Amino acid sequence: MAVCVAVIAKENYPLYIRSAPTENELKFHYMVHTSLDVVDEKISAMGKALVDQRELYLGLLYPTEDYKVYGYVTNSKVKFVMVVDSSNTALRDNEIRSMFRKLHNSYTDVMCNPFYNPGDRIQSRAFDNMVTSMMIQVC
Amino acid sequence: MEGLTLSDAEQKYYSDLFSYCDIESTKKVVVNGRVLELFRAAQLPNDVVLQIMELCGATRLGYFGRSQFYIALKLVAVAQSGFPLRVESINTVKDLPLPRFVASKNEQESRHAASYSSDSENQGSYSGVIPPPPGRGQVKKGSISHDTVQPRTTADPQEPASPVVSPQQSPPTSPHTWRKHNRHPSGGNSERPLAGPGPFWSPFGEAQSGGSAGDAVWSGHSPPPPQENWDQTTVRTVASATTANEIRRQSSSYDDPWKITDEQRQYYVNQFKTIQPDLNGFIPGSAAKEFFTKSKLPILELSHIWELSDFDKDGALTLDEFCAAFHLVVARKNGYDLPEKLPESLMPKLIDLEDSADVGDQPGEVGYSGSPAEAPPSKSPSMPSLNQTWPELNQSSEQWETFSERSSSSQTLTQFDSNIAPADPDTAIVHPVPIRMTPSKIHMQEMELKRTGSDHTNPTSPLLVKPSDLSEENKINSSVKFASGNTVADGYSSSDSFTSDPEQIGSNVTRQRSHSGTSPDNAAPPPPPPRPQPSHSRSSSLDMNRTFTVTTGQQQAGVVAHPPAVPPRPQPSQAPGPVVHRPVDADGLITHTSTSPQQIPEQPNFADFSQFEVFAASNVNDEQDEEVEKHPEVLPVEKASDPASSLRVAKTDSKIEEKTATSAPANVSKGTTPLAPPPKPVRRRLKSEDELRPEVDEHTQKTGVLAAVLASQPSIPRSIGKDKKAIQASIRRNKETNTVLARLNSELQQQLKDVLEERISLEVQLEQLRPFSHL
Repeated sequence: MAVCVAVIAKENYPLYIRSAPTENELKFHYMVHTSLDVVDEKISAMGKALVDQRELYLGLLYPTEDYKVYGYVTNSKVKFVMVVDSSNTALRDNEIRSMFRKLHNSYTDVMCNPFYNPGDRIQSRAFDNMVTSMMIQVC
Repeated sequence: MEGLTLSDAEQKYYSDLFSYCDIESTKKVVVNGRVLELFRAAQLPNDVVLQIMELCGATRLGYFGRSQFYIALKLVAVAQSGFPLRVESINTVKDLPLPRFVASKNEQESRHAASYSSDSENQGSYSGVIPPPPGRGQVKKGSISHDTVQPRTTADPQEPASPVVSPQQSPPTSPHTWRKHNRHPSGGNSERPLAGPGPFWSPFGEAQSGGSAGDAVWSGHSPPPPQENWDQTTVRTVASATTANEIRRQSSSYDDPWKITDEQRQYYVNQFKTIQPDLNGFIPGSAAKEFFTKSKLPILELSHIWELSDFDKDGALTLDEFCAAFHLVVARKNGYDLPEKLPESLMPKLIDLEDSADVGDQPGEVGYSGSPAEAPPSKSPSMPSLNQTWPELNQSSEQWETFSERSSSSQTLTQFDSNIAPADPDTAIVHPVPIRMTPSKIHMQEMELKRTGSDHTNPTSPLLVKPSDLSEENKINSSVKFASGNTVADGYSSSDSFTSDPEQIGSNVTRQRSHSGTSPDNAAPPPPPPRPQPSHSRSSSLDMNRTFTVTTGQQQAGVVAHPPAVPPRPQPSQAPGPVVHRPVDADGLITHTSTSPQQIPEQPNFADFSQFEVFAASNVNDEQDEEVEKHPEVLPVEKASDPASSLRVAKTDSKIEEKTATSAPANVSKGTTPLAPPPKPVRRRLKSEDELRPEVDEHTQKTGVLAAVLASQPSIPRSIGKDKKAIQASIRRNKETNTVLARLNSELQQQLKDVLEERISLEVQLEQLRPFSHL
């Protein structure tokens, strides 16, 4: 499903970014980077007082000709960005949500690891495996 | 000189040797003499030795610096492996076993090694040949070291795979090492590989051998020469030397490298206690992090180990999780690769496996996980540091060191080729969760409910007994004993009749439910069919029963009173056999019908019977249940006022027609007596009453059954005597009950199936949802 998955830290630097190797990864990196602006927009648009009520799933951030970019923000301002292929029409919103949920769960597990320093790049194998499974699904 | 890359084991080994040669403890330069000794011990031709020395630059420098020394050692290994001596061969030759040095000189070395507590890194390479570099310079223990060598050599042969073990080695010297080695016979595998060469080296933790469990494990692996520290373990080692070897052998054949031996487990538990005294408590992540960081494993690996061992992902380690993590750390330090998934033996629930042989496997396998020469070396670097920096785990660290050393020994490596890599990283046995099947219970409960429900009907009998009014009907009813199996019906019918015909009731008072107390109807007599309004006195007939069954428990109780039991002899006064089997309804009808006071007092039904008897002979046969009832009813009816009787007759006629149309007429026809005709109509009426009752009562399903049964009653040949009829009535009732119960049973079974299907579907849904909640 996803051709690119990225985890962005609160300070807007990537903690984890992985793309399907078939594509020019740089392009995806760029897309993720630009999507951060959209994410910030959405966060601020939700209202400052409504942080608690703000929904984590941001939905479609912006569609391009070939791809769609979805966003998800946690309460600690850690952002998950996912780029999916537009040609994959079978992908429903619910599925995207579930994928983000899985991402979030994996991320919390990584956080739970006392050997992981927040702010470090994510090198957890379990996390990698999970992302791989998500990316392979599409295929 | 080009850079030299050493694997962990090599690193350790070389440093040990360096220390050994560093008599003057300069830490920088080794004495040539000792170095030469060492080289000679390598059993290389002298010219090769010279070549090595030249290559490493010692000749140039004139002394052996650390780097030169290391290079020289590496070249020795190269030479021993048969590779041409080249400068580049230092780094290019892969899988190079550690250089071997004959034990002859090793005695001292082994001694040193033995005393070499700091370097307890069991350089597996020591596999028996080289006495561990005497870290502590216990040269004096030459003899001891010799001893150590001995055990090693003896152990060596046991390791078929280890080429390093050469018979040339002097017999193992120290029993100390041996003993130490034996410390953990349980460490089967680990010991195996090491057993030969140097189990003695293993327990570097000599000093720290405190960690009994851990030490034991490790000691097996590293052939630790250090004896003094091993005194503690020596005792054990001696005896266990052989056992250790055996165990090693055994463990090597064992497939699961991840089992935790008793000693290991004990050690882990002890360590756990140091952090968290409560064995049932948790170790918070930060404390665990500190603890495991001491192992000097790369953070990334520690992170991975954590991911594997924190089974419930709660950021804390329970005892089991801690043991698994510790075990993984140990394994990793010994060269085992970390599995992708938690091995089943390390699963929290399964950790308690205590296979002595398994522990050995692990260490051995550790050595084999990578290339024989490389695997252990990879660990060596960490080991020494580990030992130094892990105060708490001194013992364990030493053990670990020894462990790695042992594992690095080619001997051990070779042995464990087959066991390389954890046996089943992917087989995560999920603990099966027993699921309680409750449907059976539910079923049982339902059955019980039904039974109790049915029982309600039964107890009604006593109730029925009470009303004297009903008694009359009861009598008749009892006699009737409808197959509907509602003894209660009798009572009920009587009650119905009672209600319907108050007058009759009065007359019915005389009636007694002779068998009110008779056998409670079968377990679950269907409730009597709703009582049709009883217009007729004849409540005791079929209708009665039916109504009893259908109606409330009370009524049923009444019916129960009349269980199919014997047909009632309603009273002595009446002897109507035919009436006997007649359902209560009939009686009721009779009672109803018998409004005539004359009948009442004498239990009209019965009175009827008496009269009935008159033509009973003729009619009995004809009359079956109903008819019998009818007859009595008819009779009394007849006796009753004509108008009443006529009415009744009319009713009965209708009934008769409905019920036993055929029989009625027959009965009537049979009634040669002048009563015959009248009875006919009366019967009809009675019958109608009966029918009414059943109709009314047919609220419940059972009613239908009863009705059916009742309907069938007439078919019974009248010729049967009262007793027979009663019995048959009871039989019928029982059969009805049986059918009802059978039906109930099938319904419950169906419900059970439905519930099970629901459960399965829910489980499937859960499984589908589960992947999303899990990673």
